[in-house]
Amino acid sequence: MKKLINNIEDVITEQMQGMAAAHPELKINLDPKFIIRADSDSQKKVVIISGGGSGHEPMHGGYVGKGMLDAACPGEVFTSPTPDQMFECAKAAHNGHGVLFLVKNYTGDVMNFEMAAEMLNAEGIKTQNVLIDDDVAVKDSLYTAGRRGVGTTVIMEKIVGAAAEAGYSLEACAKLATKVNSYGRSMGMALTSCIVPAAGKPNFDIDENEIEIGVGIHGEPGRKRIPHTSCDEITSILTHAILDDGVYTRQIREWDHGTGNWKEIEFTSPPFKSGDKMIVLVNGLGSTPLSELYGVYRKMHEICEDKNIVITRKIIGSYITALDMQGVSITMVKTDDEILKFWDAPVKTPALRWGV
Amino acid sequence: MKTLQHKHIIKWFELASLTLRENKDYLTKLDSEIGDADHGFNMERGFNKVHNKLEEFSLNTDLGAIFKNMGMTLISSIGGASGPLYGTFFLQFGMAIVTKTELSLQDFVTAFEKGVNGVKLRGRASVGDKTMIDVLAPVADRLKESLSENNTFEKVFSDIVKSAEKSMKSTVPLIAKKGRASYLGARSVGHQDAGATSSYLILKSLKEAIEE
Ligand SMILES: Nc1ncnc2c1ncn2[C@@H]1O[C@H](COP(=O)(O)OP(=O)(O)OP(=O)(O)O)[C@@H](O)[C@H]1O
Ligand SMILES: [Mg+2]
Repeated sequence: MKKLINNIEDVITEQMQGMAAAHPELKINLDPKFIIRADSDSQKKVVIISGGGSGHEPMHGGYVGKGMLDAACPGEVFTSPTPDQMFECAKAAHNGHGVLFLVKNYTGDVMNFEMAAEMLNAEGIKTQNVLIDDDVAVKDSLYTAGRRGVGTTVIMEKIVGAAAEAGYSLEACAKLATKVNSYGRSMGMALTSCIVPAAGKPNFDIDENEIEIGVGIHGEPGRKRIPHTSCDEITSILTHAILDDGVYTRQIREWDHGTGNWKEIEFTSPPFKSGDKMIVLVNGLGSTPLSELYGVYRKMHEICEDKNIVITRKIIGSYITALDMQGVSITMVKTDDEILKFWDAPVKTPALRWGV
Repeated sequence: MKTLQHKHIIKWFELASLTLRENKDYLTKLDSEIGDADHGFNMERGFNKVHNKLEEFSLNTDLGAIFKNMGMTLISSIGGASGPLYGTFFLQFGMAIVTKTELSLQDFVTAFEKGVNGVKLRGRASVGDKTMIDVLAPVADRLKESLSENNTFEKVFSDIVKSAEKSMKSTVPLIAKKGRASYLGARSVGHQDAGATSSYLILKSLKEAIEE
């Protein structure tokens, strides 16, 4: 393993120290670990917090700043952060308007964020959790932990962050986040595996001439392994998987502030249809050259035109990664006026900034 | 032996820390086959913290407080799926034995069941889903049965370790329905669940703790 690392145990800490040094508009706390807006004390709005295992940079720390996240909790590489981390982070950021946790649907993240929400609500800090489960590679939710949270996370953080900035209440932010999740779908693929520093060797084996279709951002297995093929072919598989995906229904948990407990609700994502207007993310998984991502964009754009899917906004680059994996994911989020307005609103973070 | 004493509990946590450290690579290997290759690191990180607290624990005679502290320590240091699950187990265990300085078999059985129920509530897994519940739930059942048998702790713990080992191995042919391994569907067959294995190791150190 060749990596730019001093000590394996210090990777996350040193990354955070680097971010704080580079971006004075952010502050870091090392015990427990979180990254927070330096101006968080002067905010008067709902606090939007996300977090998850490290290794997906720039997510989530890179999205802390005006118009997006108020704070982020990084876990160990590919391991969910802990409830006390989220608890301290939320207490530091909270300014009386409630806390919204945006949680990617992985067993570890869900349970740790649920514990944190229970602790905060018990302290009288009004907290709600919203899940992101947009990975169409996982087909059912009855016999699995459900669809994983991937690219829609970035888009949701942007949109809900802007809504909070505009003065939305906790309930309104949660409702908007839930809508974005139900409008979002993603599908990824891997050309290579990735190396977790502590493990020192590839996370999974994949032959030189094989690719994994539907891979997750930790190298989770997807729908199938196939022989390596052209960019157009691969893009076509990913794009069709998203556009042809049917109704997706699952049970999710929401905190009921009335009863002070979790409530199970059924939640459905309608399929995409001709005429839908999309925000699209063509995302590199860590070691994919931008030139290749544009190659993917080219073919995806062609398919969308054919199917009368309108791409109204797009970002192309590495926004949610899997360490040093080579591969790509495509995310589409259907838009409406509310979503577009908040997508276009100013944002000023290390990894996403416009309008400022 | 008719009661479980403070020194046994301290020994249990000590042996569990050691065995999880020794089995770090093994647990990580199991998790790499059908998960994300971090279970060994996660458990080692959590139980190292526990190990550092052994001195503090030996000065505290309240077993309920020790178990609760143990649970919080795991929750705040492991992360992942196993952090909240094992943390909840020990936390709930502790809630059932508040202020006790030694445990009867009845105390132990009640507390263990409360712990397992906590894990079930948090993770919503059932027996057969290929998780740590496959080991913990049958052990809780076995413990309840043992109450009517008027056995010593030695006999009961030796029984539950046998049961745990069998359950651990029985996860091999299962299709995972919870946790990361569930994404593999049928491809998860043929591999032993990492969390079921760490549960077995923790129970095995309990048995060893009273033998010394
Ligand atoms: N819902 C659940 N209920 C009970 N046990 C579970 C559940 N989900 C997973 N597990 C157990 O947790 C073990 C995996 O723990 P591990 O420490 O590797 O966390 P993880 O799933 O990798 O977390 P993360 O996704 O944050 O990395 C599995 O082997 C299984 O026994
Ligand atoms: Mg794991």
